[in-house]
Amino acid sequence: MAYKLSVNGHTSSVDAPADMPLLWVLRDLLDMRGTKYGCGIGQCGACTVHLGGQPVRACLTPISAVGNKPVVTLEGLSADGSHPCQLAWREIDVPQCGYCQAGQIMSAAALLAKNPKPSDKDIDSAMNGNLCRCGTYLRIRAAVHRAAELAGARPSHTATGANNNNNNRE
Amino acid sequence: MKPIETTQTSRRSFLKISALAGGGVLLSLAAEPIASAQGRGGPPAAPPDPHNFIRIAADGTVTIVAKNPELGQGVKTMLPMLIAEELDVDWKNVRIEQADLDDTRYTGQSAGGSTATPNNWTPMREVGAAGRALFVTAAAQTWNVPEPECSTASGRVRHSSGKSLAYGELAAKVATLPAPALGSLKLKEPSEYKIVGHTQPGNEVGNIVTGKPLFAIDVTVPGMQHAVFEKCPVFGGKVEKANLDEIRQLPGVKQAFIVERPDITDTVLPGETGVPNGVVILGETWWHAQSARKKLQISWNEGRWANQSSVAFAQHAEEMSKQPPQRTIRADGDAETAFQSAAKVIEAHYTYPFISHAPLEPQGATAHFHDGKMEIWTNSQNPGPGRRLVAQTLGMDEKSIAVHMVRGGGGFGRRLTNDYMAEAAYIAQKAGVPVKLLWSREDDMTHDNYRPGGFQYLKAGLDSSGKLVAWRNHFISYGDGERFVSSGAMGPTEFPQGFIPNYALHSSVQPLGIRTGALRAPSSNAFAFVIQSFIDELAHAAGKDPVQFRLELLNSHIAPAAAAEAPAGRGGRGGRGGGMPGMDPERMKGVVQLAAEKCNWGKRSLPEGTAMGIAFHFSHRGYFAEVAEVTVAAKKVRVNKIWVAADVGSQIINPGAAENIVQGGIIDGLSEMMGQEITVDKGRVVENNYNRHTMVRLAQAPPAVEVHFLKTTFSPTGLGEPALPPVLPAVANAIFTASGQRVRSLPLSKSGYSWA
Repeated sequence: MAYKLSVNGHTSSVDAPADMPLLWVLRDLLDMRGTKYGCGIGQCGACTVHLGGQPVRACLTPISAVGNKPVVTLEGLSADGSHPCQLAWREIDVPQCGYCQAGQIMSAAALLAKNPKPSDKDIDSAMNGNLCRCGTYLRIRAAVHRAAELAGARPSHTATGANNNNNNRE
Repeated sequence: MKPIETTQTSRRSFLKISALAGGGVLLSLAAEPIASAQGRGGPPAAPPDPHNFIRIAADGTVTIVAKNPELGQGVKTMLPMLIAEELDVDWKNVRIEQADLDDTRYTGQSAGGSTATPNNWTPMREVGAAGRALFVTAAAQTWNVPEPECSTASGRVRHSSGKSLAYGELAAKVATLPAPALGSLKLKEPSEYKIVGHTQPGNEVGNIVTGKPLFAIDVTVPGMQHAVFEKCPVFGGKVEKANLDEIRQLPGVKQAFIVERPDITDTVLPGETGVPNGVVILGETWWHAQSARKKLQISWNEGRWANQSSVAFAQHAEEMSKQPPQRTIRADGDAETAFQSAAKVIEAHYTYPFISHAPLEPQGATAHFHDGKMEIWTNSQNPGPGRRLVAQTLGMDEKSIAVHMVRGGGGFGRRLTNDYMAEAAYIAQKAGVPVKLLWSREDDMTHDNYRPGGFQYLKAGLDSSGKLVAWRNHFISYGDGERFVSSGAMGPTEFPQGFIPNYALHSSVQPLGIRTGALRAPSSNAFAFVIQSFIDELAHAAGKDPVQFRLELLNSHIAPAAAAEAPAGRGGRGGRGGGMPGMDPERMKGVVQLAAEKCNWGKRSLPEGTAMGIAFHFSHRGYFAEVAEVTVAAKKVRVNKIWVAADVGSQIINPGAAENIVQGGIIDGLSEMMGQEITVDKGRVVENNYNRHTMVRLAQAPPAVEVHFLKTTFSPTGLGEPALPPVLPAVANAIFTASGQRVRSLPLSKSGYSWA
């Protein structure tokens, strides 16, 4: 089946089976490998992307269900790594292996888009679907708070990555 | 993903090549011999070899090669920091380049046993210092001044007159100088450090947060096909029949074939089992191959292990516990007689399960066989033995196999074995195209080399003053005769050996047909739970404070532990990887006292249902004492805080990364404690994904893990492993104090516990 997809502001056409998860469309058909495979059953969150601004598990999202909704992956969260979450993750040096962090950052960005000043409790509940096998949770929590501060201090930055492909350049 | 070319150029010609390319210089410097020590008893030390590279371009850019595999332990940043410090360049001007596997230049290219720091601390600094000395010589010759009048800073040589030259300007001259003798170099005093001891962010953090294709799963090679490998759910099972004609017709399927391999007939499975039997499907994308796999119909000959089960293992262990042990590993004094005269005798039975490594990036590798040569991209923790395995499997010469080391999404010991690497190479050779093999999560969890489970039947005697006078452990594990399965041994110097006059360690084993191997802090990750929980039971039985009881025990050191060292059982931790040989009781007392001080042990009044527990453990040369403050109500557990006191020597090289990995080790230990158990039924592993073999999630992680390093005069050692083991008993001991319930079986979820 042929599908038209909007990924990170670009429209692409792919030929894929209807049940092919967005994760594999991104990785193996569009050669966008920032989104990671961890479990295939929505348990680990490594494949989290934004679909129409909502965080979804790309491993459980068949391409046939994507429709016209724009897809944003970590590669498209900002043009230059300047999304507040990316900046905060760097500043706090969150990653160990880094494999889960694409999903962590996408979940955090979606949280901040809805809730610019999340409490620890808000963070716990929004980030609880993202496993970190290395156990960087304390830094993840700190980085979400830091990203909220950065976003607050720099209002030109929207916390969401859904539409910021062109307006987030410094 | 740009693989680095594996040229075998000599050092001299390498210098020339770099000198031609833009006026730069490439330094190839000899380092002291580096001991090669795996957590699992690795090969002996490699001979000294010229290796390690510093490349300085005419514009002053410094490129430092990182030689070890990076899987999140931070070594790709840490080893170059050591070189850069002594080279005296600014860290911001340093570029880091990942080495390929190349034993003509590097030694110790593995990630295991927390060895990178102890093995490289001196050699890497000497490499940097040799580089600095060369620039000083070059500048002194250029100016025709004595070398002692020259100093260095920030990649420049300065003369006392005030003139200076940048390293880049001296690079061409340095290329003509002989390398200085390493022993003659003066290394910096720690007070002079500008890089070491100062937090440097992970060198890939910018690439990670922007989604760059850094990991083994991200490697692509033009024309490659995606492979899946269906294996028999029972170890060693073989394909009798498969509907491959039908599979080959499915959309996107390129090839499908049966793999048949020689039987493994040994009664103890080898640590490395190589390529197994099964069916390979190659697809246009991984999803095509994986979808086709769901249509596979295979008749298996399940072989000799099809009847094993966890229930039977436990029954058999219990039967063995009532029989005389099969063998005695150690007997000091006479424990049996001592029990008869003891004022109090305490007995307890502890168990812990098989668990899976489950790194978030599943197993896989990319391989390309062309022109009689094999090229492999892998995130192996142990690529040298991996290349050997590929050579043996395919009947190739190791020299025809190039191995590119790619970042791994966690390792935790899983990637010390190289089955996935050999599989990818095998498939690529057979398929005639480049192949990216990727295991599903289910493959990963059901075909792991598991942390072996075990059973320990303990008995201890206290004298009338509450002093521990006798200890007996009947350790029930897996193996055959005198041989234990991989990582299933207990050595003769396991604590508290050497601290009690009457110590007996016996063992019995039963056969096992699933693979086992080293999991982060192998053996220690289970043994610390047992030993430090039982010691806590003894402290309570003696009516003594758990910290005080432990300090008294550490004070009763009898003989130098090292003198008692005997060969560990086959497949055990062995060597210096873990366990007790060489533990210095004074260093351990230091961290126990520090942990107690930091948490205000015994001085805080805690609410009902909240308590603290302490434990210590020595492994991989690291001294760790940890205190957990836990609230427990109706078996709902909340870890409020963990205090870590650690002695890993005189210098924390990268403090931020050190704290991160210690906190990660703690959280890893909590995951093992609460929710991880692999069970076997009808020869098959039952738990196949993260919903059934769970990890701590963010909301369950302790809000604070306070890490305190006790700096001592000893040479620095590693952090990847030793932080983990004490946290399990620290929490278990806190649960006891808070609730009166003693936990003797892991995981806690099996006894009705859950995170609050």
